Formats: sequence, structure tokens, C-alpha cells
Amino acid sequence: MSDIIAKLEKAKLLGRGGAAFPTHLKWQMVKDQKAETKYIVANGSEGEPATAKDAYIVEHYPELLIEGLSIALTTIDHSSAFIFLRRDYFKKYKTKLEKLIADLPIKVVAEKGGYLSGEETMVCQEIENGLLRPRHKPPFPGQAGIFGYPTLINNIETFYYVAQIAQGKYNNEKMYTISGDTKNPGVYELPTELSIKEILKQTNNYPTTDFFVQVGGGASGEILLAEELDKNAEGSGAIIVYDKKKTDPYILMDSWIKFFMAQNCDKCTPCREGTYRLAQMIKDKTIDKAIFDDLLFVLENTSFCALGKMVVTPFRSLADKILKL
Amino acid sequence: MMAKNKKTFFIKINGKDYRAKEGQTILDVALKNKIFITRLCYHPDTVVQGSCRLCLVEIKGKKGLFTSCNTQVEPHMDILTDSEAISRAKKTNLELIFTEHCEECGDCIYQYSCTIKDFAKKYNVKINKFPDRKKNHPVHEFGPALLFDSKKCIDCGICVDICKKVGACFLEFEKVGDFYEVMPSSKPDKDCIYCGQCITHCPVGAFEGVGEFEAIENPLQQKDQGKTVVFQFAPSIRSTIGEEFGMPYGSVVTGRLIGAIKQLGIEHVFDVSVGADVTTIEEANELVERLNDDQAVLPMFTSCCPGWVKYLEFYYPEFIPHLTTVRSPQIIMGGLIKTYWAEEKGIDPKDIIVISIMPCVAKKYEIERPEVMIGDIKPVDHVLTTREFAQLLKKHKIDLKEVKAVNPDPFLSTPTGAGVIYGASGGVMESALRTAYNKITGKKLPRLDLEQVRGINGLKKAEIEINGKKLKVGVANGAANAKKILEELKENPSAYDYVEMMACFGGCIGGGGQPVPVNDEIRKKRAQALYNVDNRQNVRMAEDSPFVKSLYNDFFKNHDILHKVCHTSFSKKDKEVYPKTSN
Repeated sequence: MSDIIAKLEKAKLLGRGGAAFPTHLKWQMVKDQKAETKYIVANGSEGEPATAKDAYIVEHYPELLIEGLSIALTTIDHSSAFIFLRRDYFKKYKTKLEKLIADLPIKVVAEKGGYLSGEETMVCQEIENGLLRPRHKPPFPGQAGIFGYPTLINNIETFYYVAQIAQGKYNNEKMYTISGDTKNPGVYELPTELSIKEILKQTNNYPTTDFFVQVGGGASGEILLAEELDKNAEGSGAIIVYDKKKTDPYILMDSWIKFFMAQNCDKCTPCREGTYRLAQMIKDKTIDKAIFDDLLFVLENTSFCALGKMVVTPFRSLADKILKL
Repeated sequence: MMAKNKKTFFIKINGKDYRAKEGQTILDVALKNKIFITRLCYHPDTVVQGSCRLCLVEIKGKKGLFTSCNTQVEPHMDILTDSEAISRAKKTNLELIFTEHCEECGDCIYQYSCTIKDFAKKYNVKINKFPDRKKNHPVHEFGPALLFDSKKCIDCGICVDICKKVGACFLEFEKVGDFYEVMPSSKPDKDCIYCGQCITHCPVGAFEGVGEFEAIENPLQQKDQGKTVVFQFAPSIRSTIGEEFGMPYGSVVTGRLIGAIKQLGIEHVFDVSVGADVTTIEEANELVERLNDDQAVLPMFTSCCPGWVKYLEFYYPEFIPHLTTVRSPQIIMGGLIKTYWAEEKGIDPKDIIVISIMPCVAKKYEIERPEVMIGDIKPVDHVLTTREFAQLLKKHKIDLKEVKAVNPDPFLSTPTGAGVIYGASGGVMESALRTAYNKITGKKLPRLDLEQVRGINGLKKAEIEINGKKLKVGVANGAANAKKILEELKENPSAYDYVEMMACFGGCIGGGGQPVPVNDEIRKKRAQALYNVDNRQNVRMAEDSPFVKSLYNDFFKNHDILHKVCHTSFSKKDKEVYPKTSN
């Protein structure tokens, strides 16, 4: 095992894109593949609403991102890298990043699609100029990714912490994006083990009025009540605060479902038609519980990719806790 | 990454052990062992779509449901194909699929074999649980050949994939409003080649031939207006139409087919294979001429498949001079009926209506090409596909299984074996080579069966020795395979001397007008049946046909007539299809 992979394991670094897969396992997998070409991708698609930490890192610590990538380039043989950015980030940061990249084999590329393009197999489709639809897994990108070659895809934040770990400066921290009905929104770097409640308190964001939060992303995140905040902020580390009085749950659901419908690829039945039926029910403000449950059931159990499965969490938690269906 | 020796092991499906191989999917193993799993978007001709989400199974020890079409087997997997959760998910997904599929059952190629309706019954699906999302979706017309009724489309993606596999790449997913929809391409460099593979691969009948169902009766009615209505049927029909009446794959029904047409009140029935014999003579002549002429364009390409011709005229017009000018068997036969036969019978050709039964929807397009006119005579008036003709028989309560076989007219309806094998990929080449060999050497081929050009492989290459010279031949089925040959020719112009190309997989026996379902196994049986006919025939070379002999000794002595009946021309085509929609 290479030195850095051992360090990543020791630091227990988990992927920061949302899925929290152990980083060292991904690296080892790609390193172990025998191939004449391999690819590395820093994923800066950051499509989840109310999440802004990748931009924050590129804005404030671009050299650490490049450092993380350059460590990956030396760890993984025959490799070259991409920094894969959503279009607005690409416009804003391309020149700046390219200056720092200098002669390294790293290319800055712009995303063509939207939310779904952050999904690993979609990143491969994007870079290959393929149809913007996810691929079936397995094979995982680590086995056969871009053009069928082993591909290491990590979030931008993951590479940022890889650099810190290599330098021995990692303090078990993570980026949190706080937004919503709150006084001090923004991106904060705080310990991974902090509870949501502590995060809100330490950043002076803990509400004084009745509230609930959505954690993990402004679309796919889970709804948590004030009494449920003793756990960690999972997923992409986004925390959105909603003032209970000011928030119409139907308007909120409408914004989510419109987001999912606009961002999904329409490939599979439950995600294409199921989200549409949810949208119709929300628009009419008549939710038939049996149909609602069936739709969430097929979304969760039969969607082709993670997007369809992710639709379930916010709706189910909101329906249970706020609408009390 | 391909393992040389794939591991075999056992898996359990519904409690029983089955042998499985590494790399297989659960569905592969289930299908092999005749275990039925509900599915819509799976077709062995295309890559796995994984879009309908109906082929669900549970795997013991793993959470959730899995689609069997794209989940690979692992040793000791313990699989259930039925459970409460599976039924609930299938039912819900079917209800969602029905929101896209308006129930126009009378007008569907699956009206007697609708899988989606069977599933609905099986899973107690309320098909109108949700309102029809696609009720205002348009019908797209693809020239005079086929239609796409997007009201029925369930977005499975098979058509897009098969269109790509054929090589046309004309169907694509495009965002229309809130949804990605299957759309005919609006790109100027993409066009439909009318092969109709989308029709035979769509699982829910969203594609159909122009006039399929609603207009099949019309041509027949012209009988009542004092016209002489005659039928001719393509080589491949004899080994496919039986399927429409529940007969086994590969049943040869030539005599019954003639009998059935006669039961419709039609006196004269012609076999297009006879036209194929004429095509063979002319094509062999042209090949020999080109081979003997240093200035001639080589290789020569066959041109009897109108889908392939359209492909070449649109995508590779620079190769047009390679096409043989010989008309297709359907057009030659129609021409002969309206000249030779009309003269013999003393009927004004304008009073003759020729109806073709064809394996193909591109043939509907071919008869409208202005180049095929003989003066102001249109050789063929109507084309019915195999499916349409079967439908017509059913409407007239004629069951082909029960029809007594009628012997063909010994002259105009009796082809050689060479004319019959036109229906299979490689058949045109084989027939023409039998004749060309004879023409060059004065001898029969030592072995008439040219096994090298037979079979369902998409691309076949062979070298045939004639008088010590090697003739390099290629046979492609599926326009994408034809494209490979064209690209090879760009690199190496002398790679081939003679190439047969067909747009559809397996040639005409796999045509877009043929019965559904279709797959490699079925195509093999349909083709084999034609070779069996050829094998049993005494006369297996076009020039030995008594009809052909008399034709060339008499009627075709007039070279102007010969040219008008047998030859055509081609030209570069601009995009023809899109945007044309109707509701």
C-alpha cells in the first residue's frame, strides 16, 4: 500500500461528494487496476441546491486542490486528470486554476448537463461526450470509467483534504454550507464529529423561533426537527434552516419536485413518470397517501440511478414530520 | 478484462438450482431456463436498456429490488422472482407506463399478442389510474414508409438503440418541454432510411407502416372499379407469414399463400422470386461487364434493398456509381406484369393494379421513386407488408393454416431456387455468382451452395475463384455493417469486387415489414427455410428458368424494353424526413 493511501485510511477520510465512500478504498482500487491509461477527476459539479463548498475551496484554497490532484497523479500510474466544474464555476475559475496547474497533466473542463452530471458515471459520459444518461454499475468507474479506463472520481473537497492529510495538517474537519432563514449563512470549516445543533450554535445560526432543517442538500436532504439535531450533518454537509411559520410545505415540495423533474434524465419509468405524478399531486395540493407511498416505493426500490432514489428522502421525511400524512 | 475461462456455478431461482456462467445476467439465466420474468425494454438485438424497471427480483441477503436484465449473477445467489414487494413495484411501474401509452389497441401490430396488456391483467393494474400524459403527442410521418405515434411511446429506448445499430442514427432522445422524448432527428446530416427496424423492435407498437391497419383494404377494392387486381409476393414471405397464424418459425407456405390470395377473389398471383431471377441475369451481366472493363467502377454494389439505397444516396452519395443499375425484383416483376403480361393478356396496363406483399416498409418508398416509372406506367401500385397482408387475411376470416395449397402458375410464378434465396442476406450475391460463374467459365459452380456468404453474421467476406482469378466479395446486413465496408473502401478501393448490402439484420427475412417478434434464432430459421426451398429445387440457376429463357429469346430482344423494365438510376438525396408531424 502506498504511503498516501495508508494515510488516507488512517485519517478515515470519506468521500465528500455526499455518498461518504472510504477514499482510500477508491484510490486502492484504481491503483490496482492494470491499464495503459487511467483518469482522475476532481468533481466540482456541485449541483445540490444550497451547497457551495466546492466553490468556496476553489475560491480560497485552489492550490490545495491542485496539490491533492498532483498527489493522486503520482500515486496512480499512467494517469492524467480533469477538474470537472459546473458551468458558472468554470467561467469564473478556469484561468485561475490553469495558472496554478502550469505543466501538470490536468485539464479544466465544463459540465454540459446539470444536477445529474455530478453522478460518477455521468461524469464519464460527460467527458466522453456521450449521451447524458447514467450508466449501469457495475462496472464502477474505478474499474471502467472514462473510455473504459479505470477512473478515480473524487469530490473537490476530498482532494482538498487529501492535500491536508499529506501535509500532516488534517484536523478531521469538513465543509458545511449553512443557508435559509438564518442570520449568518455561509460556508464553514468545522470538525466532522460536531452535531448539527452544535454547528448551528457555533456559527451563531441556531434559530430562536420554531424551525426545522434540511440536511444533506437543498433538494435531496432529509428534513429534521429541532429535537433531531444531535446527529452529524451527512451528505454534502448542507444545512438549510426553515422558519416553520414562514414555510409553506407545498411550496417547498413544489420547488424540490420541479428541481428533480428538470434535472433527471427521464430514462427510467419511476423517475420519469413518478416524479411527474408527484409534481401533479403537489400542484393540486391533494396527496393521496396510498399513491404517494407507492410512488416513493418504486422510486426508492426501482430507480436506475441514485437520483431517483434520492427523491424519496426529503418527501418522506417532510410528509411524516411536517405534513403528518 | 475478458476472462478466458468463465467460471460456471449454481444459483437458485425460486428455490431451484440452475447452472450459471460468470458474466451472465439473472435474466439470461432465467430465459435460458424458461423462467418468465416480466419485461418490456429488453430485446436481444440491442444493448440492455434497463429503463422499464419491470424485470424485478429479490436477492436473498441483499436489501431492495434488483432489475434482472442488468444484474450479473454471482455464485450462490438466491433469487426470488415473485414477492409482495416485487408485485407492488411492478404494478406501480406498469401504472406509470400506462400513463404514456394510450390504449389504441385495434390499431396496433400487437393487437393479438400484447405483452403490456397481459402484464396489466397479471398484476391487477388499473391502466387509467393516472391521466394519459401523452394524449396530445404528435404522430411523426417518415416519408411514405412508416409512422411513429409518440402517444404510444413508453420511452424504453430500444428504437433509438436499434436505429443506431442499423446505422441510421435518426431516432434520438431530445428534450421537448419537461421531458426527453424519442424524436426523429432534426439534424441536417441525419435521415430515416425507412428500414423499419424500429417497428419490429418497439415493444408496444408505437411504430407502424404507413397505411398499416387502416388502409389495407383499399387496394383490393379497386377490383370493383373494373381494374385487374393482381398480387405478387416477395421471396421471403413464404417463410415468414406462417408465424402470423401460429405456425412454427421457418414454415414454408408458398402454396397456401397463393391459395389464400385466391380466396380473396384474386385470379392472378405472381412470385417476385421470378423477378429476382431476372435481376440475377442482369446483375450478373453487369458484373461481368464491369470486371472486363478497366475503366469500370468497382466494386459493384447490389441495389435491390431500397433502405440500403437510401442510406447510400443520403450518407455516402460519392459511392452512387458503384450501385448496379439493375432494378429490384419487385420493380422488375411489376414492370413485367404491366408490359409483358399485359401485352399477352391484351389488358391496358393502366387497368392493372399490382399489389406487392413485401417484408419491408422501404418498399412502400421504393414504388414512389420517379426513377422506377416505365414511361407513365408505375410498375407497382401498392405495397402491403407481411403483417398487413396477414391482417387483411384475418379480416376476411382466412386462416392460412387452414388454406389448401394451390400450385403456382408454372410460368410466371415459378422461380428458380436462386430467386427464392434473395430473401436472406447473401442470397442476391449467391444467385448472381452462380450465374456470373457460368457466364465467365461456361461451367456451373462446382458447388452451388456458397456457404461463405450465408448466415446471420452482419459482415461476411469471401473470395471466389473464377478462372484462376479471385473475386473478392463482401456481404453486409445492417447499414452500419455496410458503412464498415464503405469506410474500408475509402482506405483500400480494391478491397472488394462485388458487395451485397441490406439495411436490415439478416436481410429481408428480418425486414421491417415482417412479423414480430424477431431475433437471431428466428432469423436463422426463416433464412434456413429459404435455403431448403432452393436445395429441393431442380432448377437453381436463374438462366435455367424456362420463363427467363423465353423472356430473353423474345420480349427482351428489344433492348429498349429490356432497359426500361430492368434498369434504373440513383441520385444524391437531401434530407427527406422531418419535420413532418400530424395529430
